[in-house]
Amino acid sequence: MSAKATRDSFGETLLALGKEDKRIVVLDADLSASTKSGIFGKAIPERFFQMGIAEANMVGTAAGMSFTGLIPFICSFGAFLTGRYDTIRISIGYSKANVKLVGTHAGLGIGDDGYTQMGLEDLSLMRGLPGFTVLQPCDHVTTVAAVRFAASHEGPVYLRLTRQKLPQVHTSESAFKMGQGIVLKEGGKVALLASGATVTEALGASLDLEPCWVVDFPTIKPIDRNLIRTLAQKCQLIATVEDHSVVGGLGSAVAEVLAEEGFAGKLVRLGLQDRYAESGEAPALYEKYGISSAKITASVRAKLASL
Amino acid sequence: MSELALIQKLEEIATRCRVSILTMLEKAKSGHPGGSLSVIDLVVALFFHEMKQDPLKPHWEGRDRFVLSKGHGVPALYAALVELGAFPKAELDTLRVIDSRLQGHPDRVVFPWAEASTGSLGQGLSIAQGIALGLKCQGKANRVFCVIGDGESQEGQIWEAAMSAPKFGLNNLIAFTDANNGQIDGHVTEVMDLRPLADKWKSFRWAVQEIDGHDFGQILGALETARKEPERPTMIIARTVKGKGVSFMENNIGWHGVAPTAEQLKQATQELLGGRNER
Repeated sequence: MSAKATRDSFGETLLALGKEDKRIVVLDADLSASTKSGIFGKAIPERFFQMGIAEANMVGTAAGMSFTGLIPFICSFGAFLTGRYDTIRISIGYSKANVKLVGTHAGLGIGDDGYTQMGLEDLSLMRGLPGFTVLQPCDHVTTVAAVRFAASHEGPVYLRLTRQKLPQVHTSESAFKMGQGIVLKEGGKVALLASGATVTEALGASLDLEPCWVVDFPTIKPIDRNLIRTLAQKCQLIATVEDHSVVGGLGSAVAEVLAEEGFAGKLVRLGLQDRYAESGEAPALYEKYGISSAKITASVRAKLASL
Repeated sequence: MSELALIQKLEEIATRCRVSILTMLEKAKSGHPGGSLSVIDLVVALFFHEMKQDPLKPHWEGRDRFVLSKGHGVPALYAALVELGAFPKAELDTLRVIDSRLQGHPDRVVFPWAEASTGSLGQGLSIAQGIALGLKCQGKANRVFCVIGDGESQEGQIWEAAMSAPKFGLNNLIAFTDANNGQIDGHVTEVMDLRPLADKWKSFRWAVQEIDGHDFGQILGALETARKEPERPTMIIARTVKGKGVSFMENNIGWHGVAPTAEQLKQATQELLGGRNER
């Protein structure tokens, strides 16, 4: 299987689901070519609703549609969609609306378009809403599984997807189980915990850091507490790696569990360090902001030296 | 029933609801009398005449839907539902009390007659539109009614919904603006003037009517017209009086979010039931 953007996997899976289940409707805010919801729109136009560049209204309309028994998927860049926070908070969260929010163009990985188009705080925002399930698959097969889970799950789901292609990490869809981290490598005193695009970077870093654990977290909420507890017992150093702010995303979720479980080792949170980002080629941005394989390796080694 | 008799019946119900609204607010010692009294005639016209519904089966599939986008007016909805026998009048005493279904703003999760959870202004019209769109694309004939405030219409999301409802041909969506020209910081025309309001909705391709929102003849007439609209959503701009029916509350901005005292409740009740404010 060649590399594939998780937004492409989403678009194809959404169409397949739409053919199976007539309750599925799709709304987009003038980005259907980019979010790949247009694949569904082209094949099933009667259940595709172009809402224009008006995301808050799309959020509210989807909530209302869900109250009539439909299962709306609403799609935009994660930055724009989660930017309509109060509408999501009341019309979807507090209302227990069965709406699936799909935020593409996650993080620094989009590159040239720059900070305004990058979802970099979206996980933090969605994780803060009670009742939300927050998913970030790292490759094609787990994206297919995550989209299928979202459609079958009763309740709001935020699905964070990438613009850039990601190599295959898992062998089959069955690797994805909601709420569970997936151990890709085990052994040693260091654990790299990643989600989405950074899983591949963590795997790259692990080649230099072996023996070390590498764990994929396709579910950010609810976070896999049991697995983190196990890692806390076995490791001296845990590093989280995410293409997202270190405030409120994977790093925060892991830190909360480690603090509550009484972790005796050290935690390093790699990701955007509470700052804004910029335009540039994605690999260069990953390097500059410390989430490339090389930078992960360097950060972990530096921390190990200080232990 | 003749139209005259119908109107008289609705007026009597609305008067009882006004007393009920003020009574529950006095008991709760907080809440929004001004906007509840301005919207109550619209709510009564919908629930006691226009809408298909079964008060004892709030989730009945065949019902028409009502979304109170200006969620702070929810005492009007609670009062009307009690008049319909949906739940016992005694429950009104639990308004805003811990563990109650009667939240300060409508909560669809705990209160089954609320079609939407509202209170953060600007959201309900999009939700009502979504319900209307969902029903329409499933081939269902139920209609959706929504009330927004004029102050609420300062929210940008209202105009996003204004743009999109005509695109989808939602003639099953009938909205009111409870245009009482009042909001917390003053008159709407001073805080952020929306005039010309009717022209705005017309320019967004809605079927627009303007009426006196306390005249049941005009309210019923507007709903009759809306029923015949073949394609467009309807916006009925109802000119209303904040605090309508109580002399010391009418058009007094100070009564937006303050409950009456026991003494004020007594006076208001005497005015209402004494027929001082004859229509």
